[in-house]
Amino acid sequence: MAGDSVWVLGTSMTRFGRYPDLDAVDLGARVCLEAFTDGGVTVHDMDVMAAGTLFQANTSMGQRIQKQIGQTGIPVFNVTNACATGATAIRTVYLAIKAGEASMGLAVGVEQMGKMGLLAGGSKVEANVYEPSGRFGAVTSVDGVLGTATMPGVFAQAGMAYAYENDGVGFEQFAKVAYKNHLHSTLNPLAQYQKEFSLEEVMDSPVQSYPNTLLMCCPTGDGAAAAILVSEERLRSMPKRAQKRAVRIAASVLTSDPYVESGQVQPDVNTLTRNAASQAYEKAGIGPEDLDLVELHDCFATAELIHYDNLGLCERGGAGDFIDSGAPFRDGTTPVNVSGGLISKGHPIGATGVANVFEVTTHLRGEAGDRQIKGAKVGLAHVIGLGSSCGIHILEKAAA
Amino acid sequence: MPSTQQVPIVDYLRIGARPYLRASECGYCGARYFDRRNACAKCGRVEFKNARVSNRGVLRSYSIVHRAAPGIPVPYVSALVETDDGTTVRSNLVDCPSDPDHVRLGMKVRLTTYVTGVDDAGTECVAFGYRPA
Repeated sequence: MAGDSVWVLGTSMTRFGRYPDLDAVDLGARVCLEAFTDGGVTVHDMDVMAAGTLFQANTSMGQRIQKQIGQTGIPVFNVTNACATGATAIRTVYLAIKAGEASMGLAVGVEQMGKMGLLAGGSKVEANVYEPSGRFGAVTSVDGVLGTATMPGVFAQAGMAYAYENDGVGFEQFAKVAYKNHLHSTLNPLAQYQKEFSLEEVMDSPVQSYPNTLLMCCPTGDGAAAAILVSEERLRSMPKRAQKRAVRIAASVLTSDPYVESGQVQPDVNTLTRNAASQAYEKAGIGPEDLDLVELHDCFATAELIHYDNLGLCERGGAGDFIDSGAPFRDGTTPVNVSGGLISKGHPIGATGVANVFEVTTHLRGEAGDRQIKGAKVGLAHVIGLGSSCGIHILEKAAA
Repeated sequence: MPSTQQVPIVDYLRIGARPYLRASECGYCGARYFDRRNACAKCGRVEFKNARVSNRGVLRSYSIVHRAAPGIPVPYVSALVETDDGTTVRSNLVDCPSDPDHVRLGMKVRLTTYVTGVDDAGTECVAFGYRPA
């Protein structure tokens, strides 16, 4: 066991869903206090805090949460990184501990989106007089004229580019991803939706951006998740039970998108994920075949399918065969998104990257209840934010 | 009849007798951009020249968009086209039914332009799209 590892000591998440009577500060404070209890520590043990939120990024979220959980004067990093915001919060605390500036810290991700609906793509603007504006000198709104920038469409295009380059990938393979994740969510009481749909229902639900139908798109929603990270040295001074339940962070990686030719018109979600995955496997000293479960960024069904390939869960070009073989189902060889994934568990953006660390941690501790992957020892949590940013954490169960 | 004033929907579309897309091309590595760049995102050099993008290409990816912001007519086909000279362009696929039976990955397409609106001064907005070649 590496002596300078960083560990997850405590964690918590709200059920994802709608909380019209609470605000993001309430949700964030709740999971922080729960994570303290889970880890057997208090706010006074924290040396550092990172708070992630996207839509309230300029509101000092970390400090506002401190007012509800304890103002101890520790440094707060308010972070935002699109859908990788939560993973960035965790990595910020991880880095502070690695740097020796802190021995224990709190990462929290929160979002309150309500029924925000379709994201990106802007709105239709009718110009009275055409005047060029912006970096492209546009005289009117271009979404729907020069293609789409809406999220279901961008990720549909990512999936269809994969279908163009590889055999055995089509509408049905994408639909199976959503069928699987809705099915998985029926075992997760923390999921926003917990309803099974047949493959036909998935395929017949209203098309948003083909091939993504409504049931192949994640919902918007509210939620929060928190994680307490601790240095190995400090962990060794803690009670045996805390040490036994702690989960080792075998790799923490954050990448951005390197140049690709098509990147200016279609965000590349592949290369940065591949780069992050290879760095993470190298750091952890494991390969994708060693993973007992994976929580990956299935904002849309098309996204999950291509990430099988990007994360090396299948052979290069083999994502269609991978889903057809049943491998990513919870009883398959590499269970993927046993929480229900973003598609059914939900995707309150700032919380997502912390919530998937919560999910993997819970399985590695053997505390995942009905959805427990038996004997899980190693798991991977992946998020991607368009822009782009990719966060990967590989977690490992403590040696007995 | 007086000639109607026309403007391109974006400045990288060059309209006239033979419309085309104009890219800013890195003088060192040849990477192309549709907006202004301080330095090349691929190689970091700072010299650019104008380049004419080929009007012909293949459909590398698409999505048939049924849900968009209010006021945008749906369904439409959002297309990623790789031109014959290797530049990826995003626009609508036009003159083709918006269904997966007619939109085929790898199909050959070519640039086309059309009037997409008129402002209060009577100026027409010219957009570009790709149609089956």
